[in-house]
Amino acid sequence: MIEFKDVGLVYPNGTEGLKKINVTINDGEFIVIVGLSGAGKSTFIRSINRLVTPTSGSLLVDNEDILKYRGSDMRKLRTKTGMIFQNYNLVKRSNVLKNVLAGRLGHTSTLRSILNLYKKEDIGLAYESLQRVNIAEKIYNRADELSGGQQQRVSIARVLTQQPKYILADEPVASLDPPTSHQVMTYLKKINKEDNITTIVNLHFIDMAMEYADRIIGMRAGEVVFDGPVSEVSESTFEEIYGRSIREDDLRGGADKS
Amino acid sequence: MTNETNSTTPKKVPAIYPAKTKLQVTVIFFVVLGIYLFSMSWTQQQMAGGFSGALSNMFNVIEKFFPPNTAVISAIWGPMVETIQMAIIATTVAAILTVPLALLAAENVTTFKPLYIVTRTFLNLLRTIPDLVLAVIFVGLFGIGLFPGILALIIFSLGILAKLISETIESVDMNPLEAMRASGGNVFQVIWYALIPQVLPQFTSLVLYVFEINIRASVVLGLVGAGGIGLILNQQLGFYNYPNAMMIIILIFVVVIAIEYISTKIREALL
Ligand SMILES: Nc1ncnc2c1ncn2[C@@H]1O[C@H](COP(=O)(O)OP(=O)(O)OP(=O)(O)O)[C@@H](O)[C@H]1O
Ligand SMILES: [Mg+2]
Repeated sequence: MIEFKDVGLVYPNGTEGLKKINVTINDGEFIVIVGLSGAGKSTFIRSINRLVTPTSGSLLVDNEDILKYRGSDMRKLRTKTGMIFQNYNLVKRSNVLKNVLAGRLGHTSTLRSILNLYKKEDIGLAYESLQRVNIAEKIYNRADELSGGQQQRVSIARVLTQQPKYILADEPVASLDPPTSHQVMTYLKKINKEDNITTIVNLHFIDMAMEYADRIIGMRAGEVVFDGPVSEVSESTFEEIYGRSIREDDLRGGADKS
Repeated sequence: MTNETNSTTPKKVPAIYPAKTKLQVTVIFFVVLGIYLFSMSWTQQQMAGGFSGALSNMFNVIEKFFPPNTAVISAIWGPMVETIQMAIIATTVAAILTVPLALLAAENVTTFKPLYIVTRTFLNLLRTIPDLVLAVIFVGLFGIGLFPGILALIIFSLGILAKLISETIESVDMNPLEAMRASGGNVFQVIWYALIPQVLPQFTSLVLYVFEINIRASVVLGLVGAGGIGLILNQQLGFYNYPNAMMIIILIFVVVIAIEYISTKIREALL
């Protein structure tokens, strides 16, 4: 369970990234966060694994205030929260297997990982993860030889290999075309259901949010302006979140193609 | 302002560079030009004999050096190998020492500002000392031989390598590093898995390049007593034994060309 209690974040330059956020995220939920560019979606998500540190309030993950974490606690926190990025963030010159094994770093001692002494189970797990996102045949390809959609699948496999309790995905489909976007979202949803991993995804696209989310959180200017199940969401909800009428480019489209 | 004359509409097109930049560049250009002109006239005055004197001198010198004495080749081969070994040892040690220094001198890895600034400054200082001065100092401290030469080369190449490699590190893609950090990797794991693969080809290439420089530098260092072929060359010149000296020069020439050729080929294959 993740609980935001009056969480605020002011960046060093004075920008208020988050303002008094109060949100509770239950285990197993699939949450989509929507909001305009600059609304604070990334700041919200990155607070959960402490890539950024809120400056006020308390943020509980499994009943522990992670804002107090330092050093090894932080490593434990990050080991149980996997992250997926817009730009895949793979090591382009390394092969797919090596990239996926990086998901085990938090579970592996420094010496073992530097000597490449991964446990047999870890390598097995990496391979299994690649199979789950249907990309096992590229295991020895260099990451930069893959298409964007394939790279994002590899990064999902990396997160699966990490065996996290939570998955944070920051605009995972923003660099992909509509059919590939749906493929990636479908994998995320499937993993959420099969492994019961709580998943929080930032999205720009209203139609995708509606299609995949259990619950939608709307953000504007660092504040949560909507929080509720998909069944309560209508077009006017989005107009409220965005503070303007809905446009063509707020939709990804192509749902039927996947 | 330049485009206004030939455009039909009176719309104002902005210049590519702001006026201030233009002025700065113009001033710098003329200052540099002035320095060139001044130093040209100055050297003309200093060179009393001019180029014609140098030319006749050259024929005299060439006459003395030829033909080279091929008989000494077996005797000078040993010192030549010593010189190469000197360069190999110095480059290897410098390459190892470079790693921590380059990491500390890279702004994106060493986020603790004071540490980064101290390392940077140290490396800058290191690079201001000419290799020849280093050699003279170490020969004074440790006596004539290979050891002071190797020390001088290590420090000399460390200055260049650490600087170039820290710049390579600063230009890497930081995204994978963030991903590894987000998955619970510690500093060493992040560097090893996300940074090293990105800089390894550049690193190897730069080390080979510095090795090339070191081969040439170690010859010159020999002249001031730091062992190897340069020392022998200096002795032969001291004895006015020009045919022997010529043979040494030819050997150095051949070896340097061969090593540079091989190293260039390897570096091409890497990048
Ligand atoms: N490192 C930073 N330093 C200063 N301000 C920042 C930093 N990161 C983000 N901000 C500011 O915080 C606010 C929220 O940014 P954030 O990246 O969370 O928005 P977002 O909703 O993810 O936007 P996008 O859809 O464009 O990714 C913005 O005003 C942004 O300019
Ligand atoms: Mg963002």
